[in-house]
Amino acid sequence: MVTGVPEPGPTQPTPRPGRVPTRRPEPGPQPLVVVDARGLRCPLPVIRLAQRAGECPAGAVLEVLATDPAARADIPAWCRMKAQEFLGAQDHTGPDGEHTAYHVRLVG
Amino acid sequence: MDPVARQTLLAAMDAGWADPRRLYAEASTARRLLDQAREVLAQGLGVRPSEVAFAPDGPTAVRWAMEGLLHAARRRGARTVASAVEHSAVLAPGRHRATTAGDPSLFVEVPVQPSGALDLPAWNAALQVPGTVAAALQQANGEVGTMQPLEDAWDACRRAGVPLVVDAQACLGRTGAPTSYDVLAGDAQSWAGPGGLGILVVPEGTRWALPGPPDPDGALSGPTRHTPWVPLALAAAEAWQQTGATLDADAREATALVDALRAAAAALPDTEVVGDPVDRLPHIVTFSALYADGEAIVREFDRRGFAVASGSACTASTLEPSHVLAAMGALTHGNVRVTLPLLRVAGGRSEDVARFAEAIPAVVAAVRAEVGAPRW
Repeated sequence: MVTGVPEPGPTQPTPRPGRVPTRRPEPGPQPLVVVDARGLRCPLPVIRLAQRAGECPAGAVLEVLATDPAARADIPAWCRMKAQEFLGAQDHTGPDGEHTAYHVRLVG
Repeated sequence: MDPVARQTLLAAMDAGWADPRRLYAEASTARRLLDQAREVLAQGLGVRPSEVAFAPDGPTAVRWAMEGLLHAARRRGARTVASAVEHSAVLAPGRHRATTAGDPSLFVEVPVQPSGALDLPAWNAALQVPGTVAAALQQANGEVGTMQPLEDAWDACRRAGVPLVVDAQACLGRTGAPTSYDVLAGDAQSWAGPGGLGILVVPEGTRWALPGPPDPDGALSGPTRHTPWVPLALAAAEAWQQTGATLDADAREATALVDALRAAAAALPDTEVVGDPVDRLPHIVTFSALYADGEAIVREFDRRGFAVASGSACTASTLEPSHVLAAMGALTHGNVRVTLPLLRVAGGRSEDVARFAEAIPAVVAAVRAEVGAPRW
């Protein structure tokens, strides 16, 4: 079970609006890229993840929101097969139902 | 089903139809035939006929195997241990017992390695907890073929004083019968016998009893108090003899065919072959293709005349992926499972495998194109 893995640093919210960029923007945390795959069945959540990953630079952190139970096994498996870093998963319950947020850091 | 065993089944419907508990001539014939069937199976498993018992099917045999240990040990505890890749006939009742009792610690699912083999240190630790009265482990997994370290697992059980149920549903007739167990459970279909017949071995030294009153004719119904339909038992015994005579040669050929299928699948991009490549059952191969829909793969192979199974969520009635693949950390979508029949049942086996291997790249490519698989 991957639930309970601590929230990783780079998945913190993007910097507050109006914040002046520092002189050294690198290697600061990249903004979070959200892939909303709620309601999609396997293999679509992983396909959406891979499509977005192809557009993002190394170091980017992707947050995949999914309701498909297969994502719990398949997103870590995708990371292993594609040599990317799986950061963890958190279950969320909200007014629009339950979903899980998976975090992936692109290594390259 | 084995063709000779099929003949036996048909003949036994005439010769062994009667209720073996009655006293008339046909009934004594039926009883004699059931005794013979039990002797054949006992000999094949290296046990006494009185230690062989029957069940309505393999999953029931496995479930009863655990229930008998639990009932016999009910004054000492109620905690059970199983690998995370066991059959649902072990996992579902185990979870249900724990939930009903309001105590999640009553059922422990021990993790497996990425190959599907048991995590032995975790198994050892789980057995040490006081109140543990039964453990369950497959001889090999029927979805991915990986063999379990039975001897080591049984050693750990004996050191901890916990009896072990071995589930050989996927194995009997395909690989040597196990000897490291306290209760053994199997299914006649695995050795090309008929459906509807499970088998248990309850050795005399094992403390095992199902709840309920004893059967006055215990010699007939055995430890499970289940008397099978005699033609089924006879056909199962015939299939055992036929399969046993060709087991080694069949397994050698199947191992080579599965090696070829594993290589064909591994040659595809973004495809992983699941399970131990060497320490495995001879006749099972499982692979998962990234960005492919499992249901579409099954349909596409079916269209081409191949019956394959899948552990992908979209192919399951529950929409949950295979618990075996998930426990191994394997990709669950785009999953294909091929179970080779015995050569005695399917004479054109190697030709079929060659055609299947040839079809794999086109099927996977077609299914990937259907869902718009990314290049990345």
